[in-house]
Amino acid sequence: MIRIEKLHKSYPIGKDSLHVLKGIDLHIKEGEFVSIMGSSGSGKSTLLNIVGLLDIHDEGDYYLNGQLIKDMNEKKAAILRNKFLGFVFQSFNLISYKTALENVALPLYYKGISRKERLKTALEYLDKVGLKDWANHLPNELSGGQKQRVAIARALVTKPKVVLADEPTGALDSTTTDNVMDLLKDINDEGMTVFVITHEEEVAEQTKRIVRLKDGVIISDEVTQASKVLNYV
Amino acid sequence: MFDLDRWREIFQSISKNKLRSVMSGFTVAFAILLFTLLFGIVSGLSNSFQGAFVDDAQNSMFVRVWKTSKPYKGLQKGRSIQLKNDDYNFVTEKYGEKLQYQSSRIYKNFILKYKNEASSYSVMAINPDHQFIEKTIITEGRYVNERDIKEKAKVIVIGRLIKEDLFGERPALGKRLNVNDSSYLIIGIFSDEGGDNEERKAFIPLSTAQMIYGNNDYINQMAFGYDPNLNLDAAVAFGNKMERNLRSKLNIHPDDQSALSVRNMAEANQGIGQFMGVLYAIVILVGSGTLVAGIIGISNIMIFVIKERTKEFGIRKALGAKPSSIVGMVVQESVLITTLAGYLGLSLGTYLLSLIGDSLEKDYFIKDPSVSTGIVVGATIVLILSGLIAGYVPAKRAANIKPIVALRAD
Repeated sequence: MIRIEKLHKSYPIGKDSLHVLKGIDLHIKEGEFVSIMGSSGSGKSTLLNIVGLLDIHDEGDYYLNGQLIKDMNEKKAAILRNKFLGFVFQSFNLISYKTALENVALPLYYKGISRKERLKTALEYLDKVGLKDWANHLPNELSGGQKQRVAIARALVTKPKVVLADEPTGALDSTTTDNVMDLLKDINDEGMTVFVITHEEEVAEQTKRIVRLKDGVIISDEVTQASKVLNYV
Repeated sequence: MFDLDRWREIFQSISKNKLRSVMSGFTVAFAILLFTLLFGIVSGLSNSFQGAFVDDAQNSMFVRVWKTSKPYKGLQKGRSIQLKNDDYNFVTEKYGEKLQYQSSRIYKNFILKYKNEASSYSVMAINPDHQFIEKTIITEGRYVNERDIKEKAKVIVIGRLIKEDLFGERPALGKRLNVNDSSYLIIGIFSDEGGDNEERKAFIPLSTAQMIYGNNDYINQMAFGYDPNLNLDAAVAFGNKMERNLRSKLNIHPDDQSALSVRNMAEANQGIGQFMGVLYAIVILVGSGTLVAGIIGISNIMIFVIKERTKEFGIRKALGAKPSSIVGMVVQESVLITTLAGYLGLSLGTYLLSLIGDSLEKDYFIKDPSVSTGIVVGATIVLILSGLIAGYVPAKRAANIKPIVALRAD
């Protein structure tokens, strides 16, 4: 699903440049539940942004769903994001003047689906994250956990191949963190590839594979206990 | 172009961000309001100026004589010039095809008497065309006609105020009036937009006056109306030519204004035209300045609005919005606001102008101020264009920001 070979990325800082990713090789197969661990500055967010087509890499190859990502313009990237990717952000990134239902329906608008159809689908997904009764509430009337569940519903509504979650629990307390992780596990159980970035050990342990980044290189890549348990059962 | 979903997005964005929308709309509405008022008031001024000359026909020319101020061909200066029928015939024969109206004038002051009421009035002896040169409006009876001239008839046309002075409420038409001790038949009563003085006048046939008062062929003035098909420049040239020819005929120095002059309405009109032209140029300058200020205002607000919405655009792009869809949405929103607000300003301006109406005519010389359809259409086009530009430039920039940068914005 995602194949990255010798990926490099650096950011210019004044006259110098900051080398953030120094040759990453990573292969994520369909249906995997992967977490990228690393302290801040390790390059994990940069990696997710490149995978999510929100940023472009300098060197190396990136294949998304078998397609080489090269010479992307904003328009092509927008189409691919809409088709293959769903995003969950640390700060939720809901549009403040739209209701939960409208927020969830927005990706379908950009997919060109009729209004009636997309509101119906959006409601189904809100139901799935347990927020059907909150459909007509604005984001500022929801709790942090509820907002993140709305964001997850929004990420799922286009049935993407990969869900990219950037510190999805970073702004949540431990109970809601568990709720959100359970939701992500459920999604993964349904066969969707889930790609989580976190710096919390407890969150990473709930995924099936942990990739550790330090100073722009992968220092370890291991299958977790959770995955082994599942595999033995 | 018509995309219901797009419009829904725009209306939601406008109605959920009322303050922002009202602020940007206000700038435009205010600019257009000022523009409309300015333009309307100047057009009102222009109406007044044109109205100020309703007393006489727009194409009238008057030939006046007095004393020579320059010696010429051995003749002393200070010589009185007397016009005669011969001079009138000279003009009408030479320029007949360029003249719409033609008349001579003799000025007299007579005591007009009816029964016990008597008063002194100015009486003018004229030809029938004079009615149109002076824009005399016959309210009862008729004006002097060719037959009166031929028969040297003792008939008189009196102004509305003479009739009021001498007859009061009683009918005057068909009554006999004592004019300088001879009896005249009242054949008509007139009014005139030129004011009270014009309505305290009376007209009698030229031939009658020449026969009774002096038995000569003297005349005081000549009045003409030039062919209205002539443009202003040609009319001015025509007047100058007539002036030259008359001076040469009467042995007057070619530059002697005092001895003989032609007062040509074409020259006055040309002057007014130039004056109004300058006034309109100033208005267009100031007005476009106001519009430009309005456009800059909305551009500023749009830049601010787009900055504020950068994160929203980043979210939309992460969810699959193409840059074109974001630019389109912003531009459409901006055009909608500018057009609506502009129309509001325009309607308010037009409404205010219609309220003003003629109420400022007396004190400020502003008559019936209004804006023409051309101006309205022009202003609308300017508005839509400015909305396009004001929205497009910053939206294009915002849409091209990488989503990751946009998402980081606050």
